[in-house]
Amino acid sequence: MQKVLSDIDSKLDLKCFHCGDVCPNNEISMEEKHFCCLGCKTVFEILDENGLCDYYDLEQNPGISLKNKDFEDKFDFLGNEKIIQKLLDFSSKDRNKIRFTIPSIHCSSCIWLLENLDRLKCGVLKAKVNFVKKELFIDFNPSVLSLQELVETISSLGYEPEITLEAYQNSKQKKESGSIYLKMGVAGFTFGNIMLLSFPEYFGLDVLDPYIAAFFPWIILTLAIPVFLYCGSDYFLSAYRGLRSGFVSIDVPIALGITALFIESFYQVVSGTGQGYFDSLAELLFFLLIGKWFQSKTYQNLSFERDYKSYFPLATTVIRDNNQEIIPVNEIEVGDRVKIKNNELVPGDARLLSEEASIDYSFVTGESLPDSHAKGDYIYAGGRNIGPVIELVTEKEVSQSYLTQLWNNEAFSSDQKSGAQLLINRVSKYFTVIILAIAVIASLVWWWLDPGKSVLVFTSTLIVACPCALALSVPFTWGATMRVLGRNGLYLRNAEVIEKLSGIDSIVLDKTGTLTEPQLQSVRFVGEKLTEIEEDLVSALAVNSNHPLSRTLVNFLGNRTVPSISEYKEFEGKGMEGRVNGNQVRMGSSKFIEDIQLNTELQSSRVYLNIDGLTKGYFEISNRYRSGLDQLIQDLKRRFKLYLLSGDNEAEKERLGDIFESQDDLLFNQLPDEKLKFVKKLQGFGLKVLMVGDGLNDAGALKQANTGIAITEDIAHFTPASDAILDSSKFIVLDRFMNLSRQSMNVVIASFTISFLYNFIGLAFAVTGNLTPVFAAILMPISSISVVLFTTVSIGFLARKNNL
Amino acid sequence: MSMSVIIILILISVLVATGFLIAFFWAVKSGQYEDTYSPSVRILFGDKKPQKKEEDETTKD
Repeated sequence: MQKVLSDIDSKLDLKCFHCGDVCPNNEISMEEKHFCCLGCKTVFEILDENGLCDYYDLEQNPGISLKNKDFEDKFDFLGNEKIIQKLLDFSSKDRNKIRFTIPSIHCSSCIWLLENLDRLKCGVLKAKVNFVKKELFIDFNPSVLSLQELVETISSLGYEPEITLEAYQNSKQKKESGSIYLKMGVAGFTFGNIMLLSFPEYFGLDVLDPYIAAFFPWIILTLAIPVFLYCGSDYFLSAYRGLRSGFVSIDVPIALGITALFIESFYQVVSGTGQGYFDSLAELLFFLLIGKWFQSKTYQNLSFERDYKSYFPLATTVIRDNNQEIIPVNEIEVGDRVKIKNNELVPGDARLLSEEASIDYSFVTGESLPDSHAKGDYIYAGGRNIGPVIELVTEKEVSQSYLTQLWNNEAFSSDQKSGAQLLINRVSKYFTVIILAIAVIASLVWWWLDPGKSVLVFTSTLIVACPCALALSVPFTWGATMRVLGRNGLYLRNAEVIEKLSGIDSIVLDKTGTLTEPQLQSVRFVGEKLTEIEEDLVSALAVNSNHPLSRTLVNFLGNRTVPSISEYKEFEGKGMEGRVNGNQVRMGSSKFIEDIQLNTELQSSRVYLNIDGLTKGYFEISNRYRSGLDQLIQDLKRRFKLYLLSGDNEAEKERLGDIFESQDDLLFNQLPDEKLKFVKKLQGFGLKVLMVGDGLNDAGALKQANTGIAITEDIAHFTPASDAILDSSKFIVLDRFMNLSRQSMNVVIASFTISFLYNFIGLAFAVTGNLTPVFAAILMPISSISVVLFTTVSIGFLARKNNL
Repeated sequence: MSMSVIIILILISVLVATGFLIAFFWAVKSGQYEDTYSPSVRILFGDKKPQKKEEDETTKD
């Protein structure tokens, strides 16, 4: 919003004291502070009364705009005891605990205000913010403050919590353990201590008397046991799991290596022949865990797993036996009469009982203009009611509705993320076989040469072949790439997505919201050019309506001092009229203005204007393509096959044909499951498909595609389940992201080569029976560190080369 | 045998190090690694609280 406004009129720099948006005029002010809307002023007043104005000292204009937000009765469902109990983390007579996810938390002022909530609202006992996860933990006294009141208070400040069906169904989530930190801590601790205790051995110091020297290996052994059992446990488990599902993951040679290390060293200590390679063992696990941590540090505040449940309301009003009651949406039955208020979602497919309704399907199709419906029309689940309360009779349950059916497709149940396809696991299969073969052959040869050394050669081959450097190549390359991408607005679900991205050969694009900018629409007046005064009249009328088209018009006409209006009347889904400066102004659909029915699809983006009974013409409002789109399509076309799938009609076919240079691969009027099937068909031809989309209607295709990127205007907003989330303003550099991921795959291959070289050197020592603990303790860190340096430096270089 | 004191020293040093390891465990378990941003901001709030809050606290306990 802010961006659009400032684009149009930058000379006005009166900023809202609360949220920083540009103020349309200077009417709303208090104590010489200006506000953009009454909502912002109200929040300021509340904070001022309670002595909480420090909020404004910590950051400039920290507030969240409350424009177009209306939650009168929105949280009525929180009066339902059953729902309350599901949402609470803990409840007792005088203390309830609850956790909210609040996407609008964005600065230190937010933390301060939310944590001082007890001063604003009696009954709040404790409030704590987790900024990284954008969560608020609240303890409150239910006998003083109800949950509904609490949520309404927070929301009225602009911090509306997400209370969705998804959160409701698995509210008792497993708490994330910091076990990777603990393992790293243990490994680091033992690594350091064992190395210190091994110094006498490294330098061959004989100053100690034998009695004391015999004591060292036993301390080392005691330290090493937890490393082996605790820090190594993940590797044993994952190696076992991989083997059971039929592939040799990289964890297999690692598990083999550390087991060989432990057994050989254990034998040496117990038999008193030496102190073994425990230092190498701890060091190895320490490095491996760091690699794992580096790779797994992902974006905690983003969710990549959402389905329709995240979009749907938790509860809705149902009329049963002439009684209104609020029930959870998944308990709605076929034939129930539901009441949907302004801005609420239709939970299940239903038939309209009210005379008329205006339904916004932007969640489902990405189309921002609402459709108008008449009594008896079939309304699909996921539509948002714009306007007065409507009544509907449910025809299908929530889980069986047209849109939600998509999630019953097998693409959502089959788990394609087995990992067997990953390069590292394909390499490790051959690696493991070759290493085992070398170990067996070498020990057989030694059996013949010197039977006493045979077992030692076998174990030391496995030890030195332990693919530490190999296993570090991938996490560090991808971890570094992921950071570069994240810095540039592409957030990956996990690092493996990079490998999938690098193999992509065709790209399927959605139109609305992906190629076009949903916030920015181009407006054109068709008819005789309007005078300044006439434009004022239009603005005066349009400013009164909440309809998206009216808002677009107001933005288009810019900031102006509008004359006052009288006899204003809005006809839902049709148009509006009013008297401005003595002129009768009417605006709306062609039917409303001239009583001519046009093609409905064309009509929806035209606003006709009539002043004093004279039709002046119409405003044509169309989507605007992202700037730089032509260039992007040309760049992508050089390396990928491009397809366009749009849920919209063909109106834009020619314009898109110009951009894509052909109309063959452009498909229109695509239903959500047709999109999924199209992606599947491409995969049937052996293509690796990348899907880029934004709406719920793309959810199936995003899931089916080899890689799905969900595009969003606001990272904190809901996006359908996907492999990556892309900030929409960065869509136009998609080709650079693709370049970087392909090049980082080359870096992985290069660092594989380096680590094989180290393995080769180590093996040469092992098979000849010359591997000493000191040598192992030096070779391992050198190989690991050099690989880590090589990968991170290369990625940094490539990022700069790609301007990322 | 004068060197045998080294064993005691080593045991003590390992013990001290273990103490730090336990402190680290406590830090992880208490959630200090879950949110690394807000504590850095929260520390700046402390001295800015107006008087109203302090009165509340004294009456509460």
